[in-house]
Formats: sequence, structure tokens, C-alpha cells
Amino acid sequence: MDARVPERVSVTAHLSEVDIKEIGRELDQLRDEITASLGESDARYIHRVIAVQRGLEATGRTLLMVSILPPAWLAGTACLAVAKILENMEIGHNVLHGQWDWMRDPEIHSTTWEWDSATPADMWKRSHNVVHHTYTNILGKDRDIGYAALRVSPEQPWHPIYLTQPLYNAILAAFFEWGIAIYDAELERAWRGEKSWTEALTQLGGVARKAGRQVIKDYVAFPLLAGPSFLPTLLGNAAANAARNVWSHTVIFCGHFPDGAEVFTEDRLNGETRGEWYIRQLLGSANITGGPLLHLMTGNLSHQIEHHLFPDLPSNRYAEIAPRVRELCQRYGLRYNTGSLLRQTASVWKNVLRLALPGPKPRPADDRSS
Amino acid sequence: MRKGGARLARAAEALTRAVAEAAGSGSRLAVRRHLLDAMTWLTTPLLPDDYLGLINPLWSSRELRGRVEAVQPETADAATLVIRPGRGWEGHRAGQYARIGIDIHGVRHWRSYSLSSPPERADGRVTITVKADPHGLVSPYLVRRVTPGTIVHLAAAQGEFTLPEPPPDRLLFLTAGSGITPVAATLRGLAAHGRMPDAVLVHSAPASDEVIFGTELRALAARFASLRLYERHTRIDGRFTMAQLRRVCPDWRRRHTWACGPAGMLDDAERHWRRAGLADRLHVERFRPTVTVGGIGGRVRFTASGGWADADGVTPLLVVGENAGVLMPSGCRMGICYSCVARLRAGRVRDLRTGREYGDEGQLIQTCVSAAAGPVEIDL
Repeated sequence: MDARVPERVSVTAHLSEVDIKEIGRELDQLRDEITASLGESDARYIHRVIAVQRGLEATGRTLLMVSILPPAWLAGTACLAVAKILENMEIGHNVLHGQWDWMRDPEIHSTTWEWDSATPADMWKRSHNVVHHTYTNILGKDRDIGYAALRVSPEQPWHPIYLTQPLYNAILAAFFEWGIAIYDAELERAWRGEKSWTEALTQLGGVARKAGRQVIKDYVAFPLLAGPSFLPTLLGNAAANAARNVWSHTVIFCGHFPDGAEVFTEDRLNGETRGEWYIRQLLGSANITGGPLLHLMTGNLSHQIEHHLFPDLPSNRYAEIAPRVRELCQRYGLRYNTGSLLRQTASVWKNVLRLALPGPKPRPADDRSS
Repeated sequence: MRKGGARLARAAEALTRAVAEAAGSGSRLAVRRHLLDAMTWLTTPLLPDDYLGLINPLWSSRELRGRVEAVQPETADAATLVIRPGRGWEGHRAGQYARIGIDIHGVRHWRSYSLSSPPERADGRVTITVKADPHGLVSPYLVRRVTPGTIVHLAAAQGEFTLPEPPPDRLLFLTAGSGITPVAATLRGLAAHGRMPDAVLVHSAPASDEVIFGTELRALAARFASLRLYERHTRIDGRFTMAQLRRVCPDWRRRHTWACGPAGMLDDAERHWRRAGLADRLHVERFRPTVTVGGIGGRVRFTASGGWADADGVTPLLVVGENAGVLMPSGCRMGICYSCVARLRAGRVRDLRTGREYGDEGQLIQTCVSAAAGPVEIDL
């Protein structure tokens, strides 16, 4: 299944209309089954992750108070980095998807959650939950294809600016939360006149207000509180933020940009059925193989395929869904794109490097099988 | 986890104010609040309470909570939960009720229960007394499954089923089953002050050993000559009817009456008092049935905007609202992005993806994949 798909007309051409309908039915059924089985152990899971995350954050920040001692700096920074990663990935991203709304707990709810990221939750929910998850991998619709800044698919027309993309992708990785915040304001759409500058600037104002507090917390309040450890605390916080940024950039890029992740044209949306929607999500996403710790640290985006099929199912369930989705793919001859973190990351960077240059010839557009 | 923008401005000066007030005569509570405001700069985007609540759930004032400290059986199917309320509980008056939220199988359920303890209770705890409804979800769980240590969620006490101050000279309490609970709080409060007005309690229960607080009520009646207890054991003597009231309490017309019990009994009482032209002397406490009758389609009211529409059972409430001219938030329109969630005020809805009927008062529902299952009120 992992082998590269050779040149082909369409990866779904072999599916009949009945097959597609059946795929939709099977996945709907899988969703219902998981929804019906949600209960106390799931609730315990998210409460535990939140408690561990807050405990790690408090520990990290306390250690950094005495970070003038190098071992305390190292341990404190590591704790804080892990805490920030958990907060963004396994908690924030998933709560904002409404994965835990079924618990009816206003403290763990998509409508009330705010996260430790430069982008405000409301803006993120629009750009990510609405635009990206609805129009996944549709060229011209899904702004997450290259985040309006990178050429990650041969179908995107080349421009000399892309010659620099290996460099600015590396810089983006270190400052990813800021990249996302600016990206969420959709400046390029304002540039093209698709939305007003007033709206875009208002959104940037929202980012400034939200992110301002984060900046003050990490780079003013805690360093000041640390007194003689001012500088090491500031550096520790910066290192933790950078580590979180590089990690989330890596994981997220592995979700849609490795080799084999399909892109689609806009006409695919015309009368797209439930089954076709599922197939698009499936073929447009890529997984990362690994153990439970990797899944936790990626916020279960290592199960990107399952996440895109069922974005509002609790992330702790993706691991049990995965083998069943994989089996379905096998039965219907659909590619289930998965590989180790190293392999997928190498594949992403290979694409970023290759597509900085003009070409290659675009893959043929995916014609709908019907 | 979100807080208002106002907090931002407040926080800047909070620390100085906190120090000043600590030095001066400011109350401890105000100091605590200012300190927490200042702490927000260290916990943003969370609140200090989010961390405090992990150490002790009762320390968080974001969400009012209580810890169940004891579960005392009252009858075979009723129990009293002794609850220590956490930070933010503002007390109650005898006869009031509170909403109690409990997580069952990971899902929070809210129900209203009368507080059966009087505010005079010295240890700061409150009690609710619950009778298990064999067909219910929450009440059997509270009676049989909850153990000491369980954290429950609370909402501020409310309700007007209380005695005026000073209480009327002549009182009549008309209760049945668990309808005794708010009246028990009232009687206990009066007893705590050692002054019992001329009161008659007419209480119905299936049998002597099924009378909630039976022993205590009998002891109270023995202690206070001014309190007369008429116990009706319906399994032997049949249902108490209003026609029998004259015999049990001949001067009922001259008394202010507080009635709490099953809907049928309360309907009868209201009719009886109205016919006597004494409707203003009757105070009734009703609890809405927790199970709303479902159906297919129904009238949808949007409470904030005043819009309404008649919906069928297959059109998403999002579309119903939009067609009615209500400003509906929306996003993907297919149940994945949660941009469209709105609060359900009343009624039940059907998940169009699964066909499952769901919805409790106050629950957030996805309007894009939910249709009306009977009359519905939505907070939009």
C-alpha cells in the first residue's frame, strides 16, 4: 500500500457509483458506532491529558524560575515545550473541532476554548474547520494547500518567488504560530480584492490583542518574576515556543504534503456525494506511523486520514478506527498514505525543494469516476 | 477559557490595587479577586481558576461546583446528598431549588432539585433529597450510584417557593412524595429558630415507611404543639382529594398554603383554590417534567430575535432559521465545523445523520444537522 502510485489517469476510476455509495455508508456507520460508544473513559482521557498538560506547564515554569542553574533550564524548557505541544495539538486543535462538545462541559467546549497560540480561536475555527476541512485539497478553494505561500503541488503554477521557498519554509517552521495567525487573516484575499482590507486589518488587530498577551506572558511577566533568572527564563520560553512551532509545522506538513496526497479541481465539488466527500478526504491526507507517544504528541494528527474523515470524533479513538479505514481502502483499492515520521517529512521537504523549480508536468486532474 | 476584554484593562492595575487593599481594610475576597486578575497575565489564555480547580475543584469560581460528602438513604428509593458547595455559592432561602449538573457516562446532565436543608444549617453544607424515578436517568444515578467525593456542578439557588418575612400566622403545607423536600427545608428553618407558627402539614406518601423524612416530621410535630401533621398513606387510604381537605383542615381558607407534589395534585389544588376565590393564597412549586415529548417537526421559536417558523422533521434548524430571517451562524453546513452551534432553550431535536433524538435544556446543538422533534426554542 505504501508504494508510490505510478502514473495513472485517476485513482478512483476503478470505483463504480455503487462502490462509492457503499464506502459512504460504511464510513457513516463507523462514525455512528464510535459516537454511540463514547463515554466515561473518553471523558477521563481528555481530563487526564488536560491535567497532565497543566501540571507540565506549571512544573516547567517553576523550574525556569531558577533557570540560572543549567539543569533547571534544560528540564524547565523541556517541560514547557512538551506542555505547549500538548496544549496546541492534542487539546486545543481537537477541542476547537468540537471533538469533546458531546460532554456538554462548558470548560472543554469548542465555543468557549481559547488556546496558547497567536491566532485567536474564532479565526482559526473559520480558516481551519470551515475552509480547510470542507474544501480539503481542492485547488483554489483549500487555502491550506501551501498556506497561500508555498508551492506544494505541481498543479500550482510556478512563480520565481518559489525559488526561495526552501528558505522561507525553514523560517516559517520556527515561527509557525505567527505564520498561521497572519495566514488566517487572509491578506492575499484582501490583496486580490476578495475581501476588504478593513476586515483583514480588524482580524490582524484581533491577533495583536490575543497574541500580545501571550508575548507579555512569555517574554515579560515570567522573566520578570524570575528575577536573577530573567534572561534564561526568556530564552527558555523562546526555545519552548520554537520547539512547539517546528514540531507542529512538521506534523501538519506531513498531513497533506507528502508524495501521494491527491489534490482536486473545483469541479469535483459539483454535486459531490457523501461517499465522494469521504474519498477526497481519504486521498488528500497522509498518516504517520508510530507508537502511542507519537500519536499523543502529534495530537493524533498522525491519524490525519481518520481525522479528515471524522474531524469531530474524539482524537483518542482514531487509533482504533485506523485499521478499519485501512482495511476498507484495501478492499476498494484506494491508497492509504502512511509512513514513518522521517519518511513523510523527507517526502515533504523533497517536494518543497523540487517544486521551488518550475515543473514537473501537473498530474492529470482527478476525473470523477461516474 | 475565554474572558471578556474588560479583564484586560482591569488586570494592569490589579496588582497595585491588591497590595493597597491588603494593606488597608479591603475585604479578603476583593484582594483575592485582584490577585487572580493579576495572575491572569501568567495564565493567559487560561484563567488562574483553571489551575486552582485542578488542585481542588471547589477552588474554581469559573464554574460553581460542590463535593458530595455523604449520601444518606431516606427510604428504599430516596436518598439525601450532603453537598459542600465550592467558591461562588451565594446561599439560598428555605424553599428554593438549585440546578445540579452531574456527569453520567462522560456527559453532563442538569436537573433541578429543591434544597432540603435550611440556610440555618451550621456546617455550610446543603442537601438535596432525590427520589429515584425508575424510568429516569439522573435521579436513579444520584440515589444509587453517587458516592461521597463525587464532584457535582451547581447553579445559584432560585425560586419563590419561600415564606415571606415575617411568616403568616397560619400556614398550610400540602405535599406529596418528594414534594416534601422544599417544605422540609422551611420547617427545619422555622424549627431552628424555635418558633413554629400555626402550621398544618398534609403529606401523602404510598406507605408509612415510604414517607421521606417521616421520622423527623413526626418528631417535629411532637415537639411543636403548633405544628399538626396529617399523613396520608395512599396505598391503603387512596389518593388525597381536595374534597377531603375540609375535614383534615377545616380552616384551610384562612391559611396561606404552599403546595408541592405531582402535577395532577397541583392542578387539583389550583382549581380548588381558584373556585374558592383564594388563588392568591396558594403558592405552588412545579418542576417541569425532564422528558419532553418528541415528535416530528414543530414550531421553532428563536428566543433572542423573536423569530419563529413551523418546521418539518427533515429540514435542518439552520435552514429553518435562515428562512425565517434569523441571523444564524453557520459554516460547513454538514456537521463538521461547529460554527453553527446554538443553545437549546426547550424541546428536543433530531440528529439528521443518525436519526437519534436528543436535546436537554441548555444544551448546545449543531443547527445544521439537527431538525425539530416537536416544539423547539433556540437561543438565537
